Amino acid sequence: MKKLINDPQDVVAEALQGIEAAHPDLRVDHQHKIIYRGDAPRPQKVGIISGGGSGHEPLHGGFVGLGMLDAACAGEVFTSPVPDQMLAATKLVDGGAGVLHVVKNYTGDVLNFDMAAEMAAATGAEVLSVITDDDVAVQDSTWTAGRRGVGVTVLLEKIAGAAAEQGRTLEQVADVARQVNANGRSMGLALSSCTIPAAGKPTFDLGDNEMELGVGIHGEPGRQRVPLATAREIAEMLVEPVLADLPFTHSDNVIAFVNGLGGTPLIELYVMYNEVNRILNHHGIQVARSLVGSYITSLEMAGTSVTLLKVDDELLSLWDAPVKTPALRWGA
Amino acid sequence: MDETVATEALDRWIRSFALLVAENKDLLTDLDAAIGDGDHGTNMDRGMRAVVAALDDTQPGVPSALFNKVGITLVSTVGGASGPLFGTFFLRAGASLGETTEISLAQLAAALRAGLEGIVTRGKAEAGDKTMYDALAPAVDALDSAISEGRDKADALKLAVDAAESGRDATTPMLARKGRASYLGERSVGHQDPGATTVALLMAAATRASL
Repeated sequence: MKKLINDPQDVVAEALQGIEAAHPDLRVDHQHKIIYRGDAPRPQKVGIISGGGSGHEPLHGGFVGLGMLDAACAGEVFTSPVPDQMLAATKLVDGGAGVLHVVKNYTGDVLNFDMAAEMAAATGAEVLSVITDDDVAVQDSTWTAGRRGVGVTVLLEKIAGAAAEQGRTLEQVADVARQVNANGRSMGLALSSCTIPAAGKPTFDLGDNEMELGVGIHGEPGRQRVPLATAREIAEMLVEPVLADLPFTHSDNVIAFVNGLGGTPLIELYVMYNEVNRILNHHGIQVARSLVGSYITSLEMAGTSVTLLKVDDELLSLWDAPVKTPALRWGA
Repeated sequence: MDETVATEALDRWIRSFALLVAENKDLLTDLDAAIGDGDHGTNMDRGMRAVVAALDDTQPGVPSALFNKVGITLVSTVGGASGPLFGTFFLRAGASLGETTEISLAQLAAALRAGLEGIVTRGKAEAGDKTMYDALAPAVDALDSAISEGRDKADALKLAVDAAESGRDATTPMLARKGRASYLGERSVGHQDPGATTVALLMAAATRASL
């Protein structure tokens, strides 16, 4: 294992210290491993928290700030945070207008956020939860834990964050968040595995000439293992299932998000974006906005995911609203 | 023969479980890497170390308080799906018991049954889903049958361990329908479930500690 770490046990704690040192607008509760806005709680603004296992950076801590999340709970690498953390984060950001929990659909995240919401309700807090489950690679939702929450989570946190910043109610912010999840679909592909620091060896083996199509963000297997292909072929493998699923149709407006999984350089993501854009043009789908970069990752995994979100004017104006976080910032 | 179970015996059971988890940490992690995300051993070991530290800190006086402490500590330290599931198991088991310092074997069995029901409520698992349920449910059933057949404590616990281990082994050919392993579909077949493996360790710890 070659990693820029000191001790595998200290990776999450030391990364949080680094985030605190690098971003003076943010605060870190080291005991509960929470990154939160320095100006939290904002009176009468709906608070938005998320959280999940570490190793997906910049998700979620890199999205804390004006116009996005109020707080993010960091679990161990690829392990959901615990209810105490979510409860503490809920209290930190509750400015009297209630708190929205953004939860990716993984068994651990859902169970821990469920317990946290029960505990928060018992203390009188007003909490609503929205689950993201946009991964079309999971075809059988009945006999599995359901579709996983992936790329749409980034877009949802931005858009719901803007809605909260406008002073909308908890119900309204939750409705916008649900609308984003309902209109977004994703699919990913891995070129390599990743190594959890505490495990010290790759989570799975992938041959030099193989790719894992439909991979999740923890190295969970996808639809199938396929021979290495060109960016053009990979774009087809990812975009076509996404388009067919919603379905996206001619003259739909979309935000097109080409994401890197952590170990893929930006130049390759732009090669991918070019192919994705070509396919969308071919289908007559209008790309209203784009996002290209590594925003929801799987440690050092090489690979990419494509997320499409169908937008109307309202979602688009929320997307364009000012945001100021470590990983996304414009207009502010 | 003493057929009751004292708080001290339960304390020994939990500490013995912590030791078994530590000894099998790599095995649990390897099993999880094959069909999950490779952190089960690390997470359970972290949680059980915290449990032992909490028990060293203050010794609960009654079984209900002991189970409650184990449950709260696991929920607060394990994370993933295992934290809420193992935590809920002990919290519900504790809540089902009164404030007595000693409990009967039948009361222990009823507490474990309450814990099992808590896991089902939280995790929605059913028999054959390839989860911890597939080792825990047979163990609790075996304990109940042994008690109704009038077996003594040592025999009853041995039967529960056997049932947990058979249940664990039976997860290998199963197709996972819950948790991250479910995303593997057919590829989950042929791998032993890590959660069921941990349950078998929990039951084995009960006989090791001579409850």
